[in-house]
Amino acid sequence: MELTGADILVRCLRDEGVKYIFGYPGGAALHIYDALYKQDEVRHILVRHEQGASHAADGYARVTGEPGVVLVTSGPGVTNTITGIATAYMDSIPMVVISGQVPSHLIGDDAFQEVDALGVSRPCVKHNFLVRDVNDLALTIKKAFYIANSGKPGPVMVDIPKDVTAAVAEYHYPETVSMRSYNPTLRGHSGQIKKAAKLLLSAKRPIIYTGGGVTTAGGEQELRSLVRRLDYPCTNTLMGLGCFPANDPLFIGMLGMHGTYEANMAMHDCDVMLAVGARFDDRITGDLNKFAPYAKIIHIDIDPASIGKNVRVEVPIVGDAKLVLADLVATIEKLELEPNYDALKAWWNQINSWRSVDSLSYDRNSSKIKPQYVLEKLYEVTNGEAFVTSDVGQHQMWAAQFYRFDSPRRWVNSGGLGTMGFGLPAAMGVHLAYPDSDVVCVTGEASIIMCIQELSTCKQYDIPIKIINLNNRYMGMVRQWQEFFYDRRYSHSYMDALPDFVALAKSFGHDGVLIEDPADVEGALRDTMKRKNDLVFMDFITDQEENVYPMIAAGSGHNEMHLSPKAESDEPAPQERELA
Amino acid sequence: MEENRHIISVLLENESGALSRVAGLFSARGYNIETLTVAPTDDPSLSRMTIVTTGSESVVEQITKQLNKLIEVVKVLNLADRNHIERELMMVKVRATGDLRDEVKRLAEIFRGRIIDVTESIYIIELTGECSKLDAFIETLKVTEILELVRSGVSGIARGESSMSLNGHKSKKNN
Ligand SMILES: Cc1ncc(C[n+]2csc(CCOP(=O)(O)OP(=O)(O)O)c2C)c(N)n1
Repeated sequence: MELTGADILVRCLRDEGVKYIFGYPGGAALHIYDALYKQDEVRHILVRHEQGASHAADGYARVTGEPGVVLVTSGPGVTNTITGIATAYMDSIPMVVISGQVPSHLIGDDAFQEVDALGVSRPCVKHNFLVRDVNDLALTIKKAFYIANSGKPGPVMVDIPKDVTAAVAEYHYPETVSMRSYNPTLRGHSGQIKKAAKLLLSAKRPIIYTGGGVTTAGGEQELRSLVRRLDYPCTNTLMGLGCFPANDPLFIGMLGMHGTYEANMAMHDCDVMLAVGARFDDRITGDLNKFAPYAKIIHIDIDPASIGKNVRVEVPIVGDAKLVLADLVATIEKLELEPNYDALKAWWNQINSWRSVDSLSYDRNSSKIKPQYVLEKLYEVTNGEAFVTSDVGQHQMWAAQFYRFDSPRRWVNSGGLGTMGFGLPAAMGVHLAYPDSDVVCVTGEASIIMCIQELSTCKQYDIPIKIINLNNRYMGMVRQWQEFFYDRRYSHSYMDALPDFVALAKSFGHDGVLIEDPADVEGALRDTMKRKNDLVFMDFITDQEENVYPMIAAGSGHNEMHLSPKAESDEPAPQERELA
Repeated sequence: MEENRHIISVLLENESGALSRVAGLFSARGYNIETLTVAPTDDPSLSRMTIVTTGSESVVEQITKQLNKLIEVVKVLNLADRNHIERELMMVKVRATGDLRDEVKRLAEIFRGRIIDVTESIYIIELTGECSKLDAFIETLKVTEILELVRSGVSGIARGESSMSLNGHKSKKNN
């Protein structure tokens, strides 16, 4: 049977198994919206700003591992999605963005609502397509989903001129697709894996450092087997939290700019580093010249370009983290390799002495609400089982430090791009994916304003997420840098004229609570988390000038951390250590 | 780190957006392009691109990896790693009056250039060769006035058996 392009598109989405699309209509997308109207298999969620659509789709993708789908109109519809597309791109999140385009004969004429969608999205998509012929539509959609969610995942845009959505063609959705120019390597090279096994087991001061790639590959079990088999310390990046359980004694915390003392010191002193699905981002490495000076590095990544980009790698292995880790464990068994237990024991003694510094400590006797306390209590009240989304700033770092994630795909944040405004719409996507689970959005009063309009979407679709606003009346992270590096000149980092958030939430048809006293924190959280069907905006008035510790200033090494005033007094005097 | 000249051959899908992806990659990541040429091959679905760039070993390694990541790129080969031939075409329009007419003609012959257009006062000379030969010819043309000059950019091909076609030489492609 012949169908219009618009109907074909919607059929493709259905046949691809898409449950939700996040979108906003407009002229160039109207045929598509008409096709959506005629069916009820693919559910459309009407956001209030296209940025919200791209973040919501992203949140959905991060927790399910399936591509999030966005539908927008041409011109401003497309440009409004760019922040969300770039956010997904930086964190390798699968997403398919379908954009209406002006009719083919008007392309290039500066037509009404025309923008070069391929051009503006090119730097922040894995790939993009313009569909010129309705006969190519189904295959293009298939390719888009395939590219988005294979290899190193990422966003793919499909731009469809309005006339193509009106034209008719025979519908056939291909089951599979193969492309001669795109064949991601999944299996690691066995020779390299053997080398890696030998190097790893020869270590005296090993560390296993893993990132979002392990989550993407679904490799958490393989990672856990490896770490537990060897008794090696494991640290995760901001993107990798949950792959290794935060409550396991072998976990030494997050590493990097706001990582724990023990994780960063161990990174600095290690002699063999196994990096898996992590990309040696500058927030992880600090000054590259001071990075892990004694380490021989094994790097497993699906993206060859990530290997050797920032640091010199001894044993590169291109492949899927899950498959390579499984092969690595098998190789260690086959070669009957054993760790150097004596050296390992000394290494753990060293790590435990770093641990005793308690680098995440904060003042528990304060009369003000400490943001860290709120997150600790949130963790307790939710039994560590909530999905937590965040915005960007201090609250994000505290959530990463204090919500102890034990499984992957629970922690949803914009790591690579650091996009304020991400948390609320992302939480909508998470809720739709897991409607029976607790979903909380940890945010700050500056970030939440950036996509606050999505409270309206939450109303329309009964999305009962809980918003934890750590309200310090500052762009806290900016203020912290200004305190440390600009002599407390708080230039434009104060949030003047803030709204009454409780009233604001109510005006959107939700509820809000104001918490000003530390004694009320736990009770308020307990009461709120019981309200399974309500969106509640919790406005915590927190200590204004609390800082995130530890901190590695840009340009410093891992062994040059700023510690909190309290932890500083616990820091052992630097000792002479034999490292080579 | 030592910066060397590299000549990178790319086989890519002959699709409209492919060139801008390559150009965008170079500008976004701050790689320099000395010359870039592109045209369809004997297989009309494929284009062949030759890029001349300079950079350290690690930069060039990143360039080839990043090129490989582009979905439309089928194969990438750094010709600088192997025995190869490279050629560039130049057309130069020079003043050719009085005594200079003979002098310029003689120079063109020495360089095996061809005069492909003549007026009373002008020659257009066509010259093919390696870049250094083209540069040297331009240097000698200082005896007269160069009115206009156009170079094609470099094309390159590996010597011997190996061939960079779809079924020929295998260069690793993964994403
Ligand atoms: C869209 C965007 N603009 C600017 C920034 C830079 N920035 C990073 S953190 C931050 C302050 C965030 O303040 P708030 O949301 O109140 O969180 P807090 O740090 O106080 O917890 C800013 C402005 C950003 N990350 N994203």
